[in-house]
Amino acid sequence: MSGDLDLWLLVLACGAATYLWRGLGVFVSGRIGTEGPVFRWLACVAYATLAALIARIVLLPVGTLEDSALWQRLLATAIALGIFFLARRNLFLGVVAGGASLVALVLTTGG
Amino acid sequence: MDVPDEGEADPGALRRAWRRGMGEAFGTPAAVLGAGYIGFGALARDADFSLPLALFSTLTIWALPGQIAMIELQTLGTALLPLVLAVMLTSARFFPMTAALLPALRHPRWRGWHYYLVGQFVAMTGWAVAMRRCPQMRPVERLPYFLGFAVMLWLACALGTIAGFYLSHLFTERITLGLIFLNPMYFVLILTAETRTRLGITALLCGATAGPLLHLAVPQWSLILGGLLGGTAAFLLLEARRGRT
Repeated sequence: MSGDLDLWLLVLACGAATYLWRGLGVFVSGRIGTEGPVFRWLACVAYATLAALIARIVLLPVGTLEDSALWQRLLATAIALGIFFLARRNLFLGVVAGGASLVALVLTTGG
Repeated sequence: MDVPDEGEADPGALRRAWRRGMGEAFGTPAAVLGAGYIGFGALARDADFSLPLALFSTLTIWALPGQIAMIELQTLGTALLPLVLAVMLTSARFFPMTAALLPALRHPRWRGWHYYLVGQFVAMTGWAVAMRRCPQMRPVERLPYFLGFAVMLWLACALGTIAGFYLSHLFTERITLGLIFLNPMYFVLILTAETRTRLGITALLCGATAGPLLHLAVPQWSLILGGLLGGTAAFLLLEARRGRT
């Protein structure tokens, strides 16, 4: 693929492919209540999918993050969680600690 | 829902809900997600995307993992169809997420197209916060609150994309790595912080176990299958528990 127009079409296609799921979710949501088992099942699948995505990014990433080792990412995640709880659930400090420790680990122990 | 609706809300109440959403996003959510988009902006420039195009992708796709996958696959020279399909697979989570959140946002005041517009703004951060906060609000205030939250996030991500685009030459590969890592860290922490229900916690644990295991077996389908199988396992566990008590 080359050319600017191709890239715009590519982004548009990716945006449409993403919206398809959101639109479908809106469509289905009008037909289910919030009390029934179908709703509870969908909520379970939503949380599980997010967890599956994040676990995959941390444990088995593709692309840029592949330049770091598994133990480096796991240690950085543990540091992020540790700082988060030590700092009384301060999201900002936790996230920055996670990102900074991964960079520090890769710089000092190689990646 | 926990809070009864006391009839129609005046426009002032809706504006206040919208501003409260923006206010709650302004701060850590906007800063951290914006910082993640600095990494995206830098990636986009390295992949020869123009700035308007990078911003356009933030507006249309509105999901950092999908946008990063798109850039990385494009750089590898992946053909159009497999590339769009790969992005579509990473976005499948929006179906159950939107279906689970939207019933909470409904109110007779809104029309069908309002919901289809709001659906575009469903993404992890706003979703996790809204799932917890909305039941505490009057139903009519939930949609403007969520929209305000999401619009503030979008502004922060657009700023992050612009900053990353112009600062990309300052970043070594290591720094970009750290910026890209901010996003999964943020998601780990926000899901830990915002998920208080037994349903949410059980489903998160099941998904986190099923996702990587399935990735080893069927990498292309691991997200969809991890969510479906992990979520269904969590659902069955919870229903069995409901049956006992």
